[in-house]
Amino acid sequence: MTLPLYGTASQSSGFSSDRTRSVLRLRSPGSTAERDVADFALTRTPDDVRRAIEADWPSIFVVSDAPINFPGTFRGRLVAVPTKYDYLGDGDVIGFDHVSRKFRTLYRRNSAHNSFLVTERCNNYCLMCSQPPKAVDDRWILSEIKESLALIDAATRALTFTGGETLSDWEDFIAVLKECRDRLPATAVQVLTNGRAFADSRIVDAWRDIGHPNLMAAIPVYAPVDHVHDHVVQAKGAFDETMLGILKLKDRGQRVEIRIVLHALTAPIIEDTGKWIARNLPFVDHVALMGLENTGFAIANDAMLWMDPMDYGDGLARAVEHLSAAGVSASVYNLPKCVLPKSVWPHALQSISDWKNGFVEECARCDEKSTCSGFFTTGRPRFSHGVRAITAKRKLNELAV
Amino acid sequence: MARFLPPESFGAATGDIALLPFNFERSGANQYLVANLVGDFVRLTEDELHRLVDLQVRPGDGLYEKAYAAHLLTGTNQKAQRQLLAARLRSRMSFLQQTTPLHIFVVTLRCEHSCPYCQVSRQSTDRSRFDMSEQTAMRALDIAFASPTARIKIEFQGGEPLLNFPLIRTIVAAAKQRSGKKLDFVIASNLALLDNTVLEFCKENDVLLSTSLDGPADLHNQNRPRPGANSHELAVAGIRRAREVLGPDKVGALMTTTEASLDRVDEIIDEYLQLGLDGIFLRPLSPFGFAIKTKQFAKYDAQKWLAFYERGLRRVLEINRQGTPFREFYAALLLTRMLSDRPIGYIDLRSPAGAGLGALVYNYDGSVFASDEGRMLAETGDDAFRLGHVEHDSYNSLILSDKLIGAISKSLTQCAPECSTCVYESHCGADPVYHHATQGDALGIKPLSAFCARQKGIMGLLLDILENSPEDAAILRRWAAA
Repeated sequence: MTLPLYGTASQSSGFSSDRTRSVLRLRSPGSTAERDVADFALTRTPDDVRRAIEADWPSIFVVSDAPINFPGTFRGRLVAVPTKYDYLGDGDVIGFDHVSRKFRTLYRRNSAHNSFLVTERCNNYCLMCSQPPKAVDDRWILSEIKESLALIDAATRALTFTGGETLSDWEDFIAVLKECRDRLPATAVQVLTNGRAFADSRIVDAWRDIGHPNLMAAIPVYAPVDHVHDHVVQAKGAFDETMLGILKLKDRGQRVEIRIVLHALTAPIIEDTGKWIARNLPFVDHVALMGLENTGFAIANDAMLWMDPMDYGDGLARAVEHLSAAGVSASVYNLPKCVLPKSVWPHALQSISDWKNGFVEECARCDEKSTCSGFFTTGRPRFSHGVRAITAKRKLNELAV
Repeated sequence: MARFLPPESFGAATGDIALLPFNFERSGANQYLVANLVGDFVRLTEDELHRLVDLQVRPGDGLYEKAYAAHLLTGTNQKAQRQLLAARLRSRMSFLQQTTPLHIFVVTLRCEHSCPYCQVSRQSTDRSRFDMSEQTAMRALDIAFASPTARIKIEFQGGEPLLNFPLIRTIVAAAKQRSGKKLDFVIASNLALLDNTVLEFCKENDVLLSTSLDGPADLHNQNRPRPGANSHELAVAGIRRAREVLGPDKVGALMTTTEASLDRVDEIIDEYLQLGLDGIFLRPLSPFGFAIKTKQFAKYDAQKWLAFYERGLRRVLEINRQGTPFREFYAALLLTRMLSDRPIGYIDLRSPAGAGLGALVYNYDGSVFASDEGRMLAETGDDAFRLGHVEHDSYNSLILSDKLIGAISKSLTQCAPECSTCVYESHCGADPVYHHATQGDALGIKPLSAFCARQKGIMGLLLDILENSPEDAAILRRWAAA
């Protein structure tokens, strides 16, 4: 099932008109932590609301389908959302638009998969983009992120920044990463970027100068050949800039992950690509070989992109072999074990973010479910013909063959 | 939603494509072996090579993709491939940052063996004339410590260095007292004189032992005569004892190939295997004994040696296929260069040559040589690689001597005739001492060089296995990875 991370509040009041958006942090009504001006008491029942008012909460957030009556004396801020958002918990952070009452869940304290969308603008236009770019002025998002960072639990293990192209406004974004360094020094930060900006030495120098203790740039390389990569990302010259960017980052001792989304244009050549990375870029820190998320542009380009993972498993296994032999750490994301050759299993991770991760009925009787990636629930999921429960009996049969 | 563009929209026009540097060699009736600037190999047909050179390639035709991925061509406006090749070349050549890491001290010329293949005129008497003096040793240490590298290896040679064990003690203690460098020590000994005192000393000071083992007893003893004809027995006992006391990784053995070895490679390998050693270094016939022979004879010898080597390598691979990890160290070294960009500054296979830049040799009498073979040449009256003397030279005067600079600059494979265009250049090296000895010229004429014939032969063999024998190829790749 997919967690709804976006929505519209059923009710809101008490917000001043001198700004259009606020960032809210939810707190248990009984929380004894020091209250920030952004903090809202998180309530689900009339009793909760009463207790919150008694505890002098100036701001109250209600998760309930039933209308809740507030005493006329309550002058504070109020937001109410339907119960389908009842996953919200203590410490979670929300971005809220005062006029439209639209909100987005920005951070869930209990999740290992928190990511911030930095912008929807991008200078690539990837055929399979799950987050199709828009040419809009959305620079307000960076300010919202800065506000959010102040409210995030310092014990958070990892944060991801995604886009759009995260370095579209590189100076402002690097300021955000400096905030991460200062406010969340124990939090690993991963930035998804097409890497082209790093071809500019000023940007890569600024990145290095952040001096973040645990920062990774995750950059896609789709082929060892310029025009194949450029076609996938729909931008001529992108391959050259991306490769230069990777070289300049590593030249400055920065951490780099290479990401390859597997589909009908990249998967048939994945062995070549893996071998090429092993030979030419063995100094990268990690390579992620990723099953396609069938959403966004991937749906529009389905005829061009869909390839059953069963049909590229062998090449994928050889790519992993080449990378491992060269000492490059490699992982396979987003692909369930039943469609992967067994040699790849140790590399296959449970990579799909919790809010969009699911399993099919067949998985119920599978021995490997607890360590399997499962599937995306977003967009229009397509399933391999190889999806089949892995059971002791199946393993025996395979041994017999 | 904007329109998506078709693949054709992203290809370069022919005028925007340029060749990158590469070398090639015909490898069959219709086939070429091609190596890019950093020695990645690819096979092209004759037609493909011609189309590539004429830039008759277009994105989508298959050849473009093959050549682009192999860094044989690039876009004229692109920078990344050139930067990538530069970074890889820099990594491969970065052994040059460690200048003169090896210092060989010939602490005595005396030996109780009388091996006919020994290039050093051994001396059995007259301790005073043929032992290094403490004063000479201390001057040599001054020079060794003046080399710019942060870590140096001091290797004790002879003669039989254990015949002057007191000086080894003195040098190790003196070196350890000096600060500023990390130190490694090796004693190259036939182990006949190995006793508990020596072993304790090695253990205390973390000194490695390197010895000679030519194969089964009869072969070894024939190659390495000593009073009692028990060289093999003593060497084997010494290896066992040293492994026991110092640890299995603290003692290594080297074999020397002689005419008598040529058809016995399996037995030689089995000897190493039985001793529990983790590999063997199949070394060429000691070249200097053949220096006086005709050039054609030298080439003929290279062919005989290559047959010996191939048979040995295949035996080693068979041992691995049967489940015992065991390496041929020369192949492992070449494979590391062929399959990775790790810097390999192996003294005998690098360009600029390892002479002086990789090692200096301090002879018992204080003369300093650019290599061990250079010292051997001097014993027969040829001073071409005698760089100076510890009494009146410094590290700088030795390294900057005309003799050394001349030999190294003349022999660079990067610009030498035949070498600079050789498909194997990235993985090969310059050997000015060998070519001086065999052809009277540090550069040498490579088609007449047995050194060249051996390198090309072995690398061709390794490529053939990598391309055509998957099971053996997987074993070879493991050697390159470690």
